[in-house]
Amino acid sequence: MSTVKIDSQGLAHAAHYDNHEHEYQTGKQGVWLFLATEVLMFGGLFVGYAIFHHLFPEIFAVGSKFTNWKYGTANTVVLLTSSLTMALGIHFIQVGKQKAAFWNLIVTILCGAIFMGIKYIEYSHKIHLGLMPGSWFTGNPDILAQEIGMSADAIPANLPLYFSFYYMMTGLHGFHVLIGMGAIAWVTWRLKRGDFSTQHYTAVEGVGLFWHLIDLIWIYLFPLLYLV
Amino acid sequence: MAHSNSPKSIYKILFALPVVVGILAVVKLMHPAVAIVIAVLAVILAVLDLILLKTDTSKHDYLHAGAGLYSWLSTLDHKRIGILYFVTVMIFFLVGGIFAMLIRTELFSVGATIMTAEQYSRAMTYHGAVMVFMVIIPGIPAFLGNFFLPLQIGAKDVAFPRLNLLSWYCLLAGSAVAFSSLLYGGADTGWTFYTPYSVQLRPAVVLMISGAFIIGFSSILTGLNFVATTHKLRAPGMTMNRIPLFVWALYSTALLQVLATPVLAITLALLAMENIFQIGFFDPALGGDPVLFQHFFWFYSHPAVYIMILPAFGVVSELIAAFSRKTIFGYTAIAYSSVAIAAVSFFVWGHHMFVSGQSEIAGVVFSALTMLVGVPTAIKLFNWLATLYKSSINLASPMLFAMGFMFLFTIGGVTGIFLATTALDVHFHDTYFVVAHFHYVMVGGTLMAIVGGIYYWFPKMFNKMIHEGLGQISFFFIFVGFNVTFFPQFVLGAMGMPRRYFDYLPEYQHLNRVSSLGSYMIGFGFVVALIAVIEALRSNRLAGPNPWGAKTLEWTIQSPPIHDNFEKTPIVTAGPYEYR
Repeated sequence: MSTVKIDSQGLAHAAHYDNHEHEYQTGKQGVWLFLATEVLMFGGLFVGYAIFHHLFPEIFAVGSKFTNWKYGTANTVVLLTSSLTMALGIHFIQVGKQKAAFWNLIVTILCGAIFMGIKYIEYSHKIHLGLMPGSWFTGNPDILAQEIGMSADAIPANLPLYFSFYYMMTGLHGFHVLIGMGAIAWVTWRLKRGDFSTQHYTAVEGVGLFWHLIDLIWIYLFPLLYLV
Repeated sequence: MAHSNSPKSIYKILFALPVVVGILAVVKLMHPAVAIVIAVLAVILAVLDLILLKTDTSKHDYLHAGAGLYSWLSTLDHKRIGILYFVTVMIFFLVGGIFAMLIRTELFSVGATIMTAEQYSRAMTYHGAVMVFMVIIPGIPAFLGNFFLPLQIGAKDVAFPRLNLLSWYCLLAGSAVAFSSLLYGGADTGWTFYTPYSVQLRPAVVLMISGAFIIGFSSILTGLNFVATTHKLRAPGMTMNRIPLFVWALYSTALLQVLATPVLAITLALLAMENIFQIGFFDPALGGDPVLFQHFFWFYSHPAVYIMILPAFGVVSELIAAFSRKTIFGYTAIAYSSVAIAAVSFFVWGHHMFVSGQSEIAGVVFSALTMLVGVPTAIKLFNWLATLYKSSINLASPMLFAMGFMFLFTIGGVTGIFLATTALDVHFHDTYFVVAHFHYVMVGGTLMAIVGGIYYWFPKMFNKMIHEGLGQISFFFIFVGFNVTFFPQFVLGAMGMPRRYFDYLPEYQHLNRVSSLGSYMIGFGFVVALIAVIEALRSNRLAGPNPWGAKTLEWTIQSPPIHDNFEKTPIVTAGPYEYR
């Protein structure tokens, strides 16, 4: 079913829908269902976090000292800004200001890039210290203790488990940021091509919802990994 | 190839290919695993091509809406995608079935007969993984559901046709990755991938996990599509209280697919990371917890059991109504019991871990919740029985499968209650009793429903009637063979024979032989079913729009349906089963 029809308002829609509004509402429901799957997928990690936090609270207490709340806060601000510009992008398409929408979407992609840049700095620092996940962990307790101003015997033996969570959670999230940036680039390109109008912006709104969810997940990751 | 009236076909070459690669494998010029993959692909393409060869370009229906293999591989038509799933699932069923035969043949006698213990573990793993992930889960929803969900609610297509096609490619890609594990000697963890055995880095296991992960996307996409389709694409007048029970079942299944599969995705992703990076979540040596894996795994895989059986309930509801010639008894009860089963299914996963060291309180709670599943299930059975009461039953072959389903599923369901009883489970856990129980549900339930559904809807899909005699013979062998195979396994389990083992004590040999002989009967029955399908495709017994006199919307249109399904969007003014 790939044929396109024009409805009474002059808007194009796939032939198996009644009209453009019908297609828009269905598409949006599809996106929400997809977001539900994302929430459940990350949910598995959050449950694992809760269980191990309950079992070994000390590794989370010590481990989170190696995260830098300043970087974390900066990234939170960056992502919140990007959510704002994403929402503004959709708003400007709705009111017909395509140029403003274009620049807002570009800023959103840039924010994603800054976020990944800061994550790169954080990752490099940890890898330099040997703070790797699981059995790849090569950190020297003395150096690590010095780094956070504690004595060497305060470093728990199963500390690597904290970094397994750190890398899995931020890694999966970072992967989603990259996918989100790609999706925004795609709708930005389509905007430039003239696909969207004040009445037709389904794809932008869908990508926007996805981007807000990525932002929201970070809002949870930040306190759990940096501030706990 | 349908451009002219004498279409050329490449099916002979494709059918010859398995023989060629088979010979190459035998003379050791080709890795046997590569040969298997090529042979499977060639057979899929050849069967597709064979269907295309039978087409006649003067007709106007979905089968003739485009010409050639490419028009199929790029199709966005839900009916054609349904047929693609039909062929693929049949091939995978054949593969999984061959592994089953190998297992039963090995178990025919005490000691090693046709394979080593290592090979046995692999055969068991592939039998389980193929049947679960590639046959039963996509079996009804993605094949019969794809074809008939839009038809039954009066829609022109599913909500997202491109995602629908993508889901089929996800199944293919995931299966290719999973089968490529054979190149590395094959996975031997069982389809449940229990840690810590599954986290000793072995490429075969990682590939198997990755394959299941990709197939998960296929399942999610189908579920997402069906939820949106059911909500948004119903014809005017088709209220939620008028949708056929098959649609209710698919809708409940789709909710499970959307909500449960992502948890499997993260579990398998963690397991793969555990293998590659030793992250330690499930590895006790690194402070992790292997039982956590079981919790995560069954949090998906128990709902997945209902992903497998709920659509079968839907098929049986359709069959019972159509062949009893009577309005279904308790439409609302059957419809909502599907949703109830879906809801409860999320809270019963712990019954897989009664002996894994979970707390007694958890055991009691999970035991009670598991028994609760019996209530909506029994509601369905009693409503079907009430429908049969004083009705005009037509014992055509699809109905035989529906009756067989009710008989076998009742045994499977009741033994599930036995297993949910914690005290009994300590004895039955990891014995053949469990194997018999879930085969009664999955094979006696879902596979019987699939075959019944194929026989029932085949006339709509291809406008050809299944040969009634062949249909009945296949039913006889599948039904009788099934009981001969699996009933002795209840006894073996109660006697204490452990499952998954390659060998057994001599006193179990007698019943194992009975079981193995039964499995050959099932195999023969399915071969007859396959012959019935091919024979019907090549026959001239035209079915017409409504050979069974059924009342749901798909029977109001031409067979095979046109590309757009309905000449004019139907206006629905009554319920789906207005017989008498």
